[in-house]
Amino acid sequence: MSETKTPEAEKDEPNIRIVEDATCTFCGCVCDDMELTVDLDANRITKAKNACVLGRAWFLQHGIEDHPQAMIEGREVPLEEAMDEAARILHEAKFPITYGLSDSPCEAQRVAVAINDLVRGNIDTTTSVCHGPSGIAFQGVGESTSTLGEVKNRADLVIYWGGNPAESHPRHFTRYTVTPKGRYIPNGKKDRYVVLIDVRKTPSAPVADQLIRVKPGRDFELLWALRALVRGRDIDPDIEEITGVSREVLDELVERMKNCNFGVLFFGMGLTMTRGRHFNSGALLALATDLNKHTHFVAKPVRGHGNVTGADNVVSWQTGYPFGVNFHRGYPRFNPGEYTTVDLLARGDADAALMIATDPASNFPKHAIEHLKKIPVISLDAKPTYTSRQARVAFMVATYGINTGGTVYRMDDVPITLRPAFDSPFPTDEEVLTGIHTRLKKLRANGRKKAA
Amino acid sequence: MAENGTELRIKGGKVYDPANGIDGEVRDVLVRDGRIVDKVSGKARTFDAHGMVVMPGGVDIHCHIAGPKVNLSRKLQPEDHRLDVHPATDVTRSGVGGVTPSTFATGYRYATLGYTAAFDAAVPPLAARHVIEEFHDTPVIDKGFYVLLGNNMFLYDLLKQGRKQDFKDAIAWWVTAARAAGVKLVNAGSDEFWKGRRNENVTDVNEEIDPFDLTPLQATAAFIEAVDELNLPHPTHIHCNNLGHSGNVQTTLDTMKSAEGHRAHIAHIQFHSYAGEPGKRVQTGSEAIIDYINNNENITTDIGMVMFGKATAMTADAPLTWMLRFKDTKWVNADTECESGCGVMPFEYQDTNYTHTMQWAIGLELFLLSQDPWRVMFSTDHPNGASFRTYPRLIRLLMDRGFRSEMMGRVNQKAIKNCLLPQLDREYTLSEIAIITRAAPARALGLVNKGHLGVGADADITIYTDDENRERMFNAPRYVIKAGKPIIEDHEFVDDHIGRFLHTEPEHDPAIEDQIRPFFEDYYSIQFNNYRVDASYLHDHEVIPLRNSGNKKKGNK
Repeated sequence: MSETKTPEAEKDEPNIRIVEDATCTFCGCVCDDMELTVDLDANRITKAKNACVLGRAWFLQHGIEDHPQAMIEGREVPLEEAMDEAARILHEAKFPITYGLSDSPCEAQRVAVAINDLVRGNIDTTTSVCHGPSGIAFQGVGESTSTLGEVKNRADLVIYWGGNPAESHPRHFTRYTVTPKGRYIPNGKKDRYVVLIDVRKTPSAPVADQLIRVKPGRDFELLWALRALVRGRDIDPDIEEITGVSREVLDELVERMKNCNFGVLFFGMGLTMTRGRHFNSGALLALATDLNKHTHFVAKPVRGHGNVTGADNVVSWQTGYPFGVNFHRGYPRFNPGEYTTVDLLARGDADAALMIATDPASNFPKHAIEHLKKIPVISLDAKPTYTSRQARVAFMVATYGINTGGTVYRMDDVPITLRPAFDSPFPTDEEVLTGIHTRLKKLRANGRKKAA
Repeated sequence: MAENGTELRIKGGKVYDPANGIDGEVRDVLVRDGRIVDKVSGKARTFDAHGMVVMPGGVDIHCHIAGPKVNLSRKLQPEDHRLDVHPATDVTRSGVGGVTPSTFATGYRYATLGYTAAFDAAVPPLAARHVIEEFHDTPVIDKGFYVLLGNNMFLYDLLKQGRKQDFKDAIAWWVTAARAAGVKLVNAGSDEFWKGRRNENVTDVNEEIDPFDLTPLQATAAFIEAVDELNLPHPTHIHCNNLGHSGNVQTTLDTMKSAEGHRAHIAHIQFHSYAGEPGKRVQTGSEAIIDYINNNENITTDIGMVMFGKATAMTADAPLTWMLRFKDTKWVNADTECESGCGVMPFEYQDTNYTHTMQWAIGLELFLLSQDPWRVMFSTDHPNGASFRTYPRLIRLLMDRGFRSEMMGRVNQKAIKNCLLPQLDREYTLSEIAIITRAAPARALGLVNKGHLGVGADADITIYTDDENRERMFNAPRYVIKAGKPIIEDHEFVDDHIGRFLHTEPEHDPAIEDQIRPFFEDYYSIQFNNYRVDASYLHDHEVIPLRNSGNKKKGNK
């Protein structure tokens, strides 16, 4: 599938391979214009042309580690034995949960949902700790949105709210939203006005024509005031004291938004994970929708993980809900706060956990981690993590986008096929999950026979 | 495909196979290796179908069942899923229902209505991969899609430059690259108005689209001609301009006339059959529309009927959903670069409402006035006019005059007084139903092995218990056989099936890629080399033959 060629200059070195149009899955930008130079002898990528600083680290620091494919309680075992044990754990559990998924290709995500459908488990993705509130807000108000290419071609007003793409998504500005020239934006950045709204001056500020600093925890109030002004209503005269933004600045921004040709509001976790959460996301989405009475206006969450958008899509098409889905009754139910993993672990509910490409043991709250330590954990990851070290069954899997193919969805729901650079001795997460799924089906069928 | 050697004998049913001239004749239908055959061995499994009705599996020619717009709708309406769950069984996956069910529930629920194939009517090429991935998770039915090209910037540039051959090659390239079964136009030319002119819309099909120096009607005519000349199995599938507006009859007539004798399929024509003044109360325009279709054999259509209850507006016609939005209902707009727009919004048709009743009546009128069931086909534009689960009720409305008049008594009376429906007492026969839901869509799509039960056809068979109440009958087939494999027996799922992906591959000059590539590099946000859907996504698939490829269908109309 990958395009391979040996460049003229390097004909004497047959073990160099160039992969064109490879995709970087490090962040939600999912840039698919990488030109990777691969040293096949050393199993290393030596050059990643077009990659940003994060992408370069992602590609250049990736090596094949000397590590077992599978371990049970820290002891190396054959892959088959580990899949047997994983299936046994999930089959015997009364409340098995699955979490992670946002750094796996869709093909593996689909099997993960199938496993939970079969064992009547609970499936949740990292969305529940990043843009989950945006998903909840979406259910309430909808969303006017667009693909990133439309922003490149048409947007003359670009606003970022609660995000710092210069550090988190370095190519967001340069490849998609600010500098590129587009069909109706022939001069690139010169034809756009860029506004950054944040609580502090970040390294993203130099890109912006205007920085608006909002008081911490006052995003909702500021958004609601903007909505009121867009609708021609009056607002609290103390707005500056409440939000830190003067009435003049607000009026100017409102005029700018109403009078642009194509406006876009990007928002990050500075909005979704601070006071107000889904109210904040909802207010922002509603503001973008309101603005459509004046001009064309869209909004888009800036998603973090490489395939978190794919996880949202797969879980939605298979279950009808984007994350936090429970199959205990034999059909999907959705209730964030109840079926989201942090809440569920903190309550001490689960009795087995399948952790896919995620490290909750390092970043979940204390209560959740404490419960995780008490239950059998199965982990799939491309690198050893806190979670894998504590897991009953730990699989080391190949890295998606570097060693395996598959499909990922960019933050704007555009699906892209991966072009792997070189082979890995480790299985793919799709292979491991399919192995577990097949075993579970057998265990279930045997159970039914016994019952009959 | 069933395993080699699997043989079935469906014995003694009343067979409705209009493509082969069989109208309720009692006869056996024989199956081997997933196909209809003329002989089976004594080992064949026998299904006793005495007193039952045997038909080919249903083929939905126009619905929205997969891809980004459908998934947005699923995500948007948790309230719709919660009350309509779809539990797993030992052989089937779980899911949720509502107006936009999850993928698994979609496939199973189509099967429980006797449908074995369905075509998604609106897929931007950029989303083709997503649609095919969802299709893998949409069980039992075979499926394909029409690719949205009616607002494609590159193609409009070619039209502007008068490059007719390149235009044709590029259409063929896009169909092949996206793995589509046909070409779809939606509100041609409207994207520039919507995205580029602050949410405006096309109102006059003869108004030039800036910056392309051509009118929506000229663009539509160019597509119709090119697709016909490319010999695509299905003609250009057209969602006309001005959908839903009073007085749009003229636009629809103009669009059909612009075909100038070339084949064209007008989608969900009910929504385009409105007389009256723009902005004023809708009047029925069904007579003018159906007269034109009755007299012009190059036109096929599906009706896009309305049924009262919950629906969802879901369309590449983004300005339409914006127009329908009221009281700040939740609303989704999703622009796809260089290719398409999209709008999604929950909607409910109310029988107390004048306009909604009129829409319901116009759908029925068009059917009852149609003179050629082979060209006027069944659809609700699921989920726009109604969910596909209303099909049995709509079939009963077509077949049962008494039921129709009873229902007319319960809906908005001002609309009933203003429409033709009370004067129409035609009743559809089972054979005509078999045509509009199976044989005709299969023929219009160029599916030579579907929509009939002749030797060599796919063994996609539905067996209904005969019942005077046609709604009850079509709501729950006793048996459904897919590709020769029994899937439903005695109303219960006994097996699962992935279903096949259907697409077509028109011939074109590959050098057209050299023209498309630079446009891509300038205006798209993904790499040209990553755009084409590669073969790894196809799994079990079938290429629908082109019209001139020697495999011409045997019509015996």
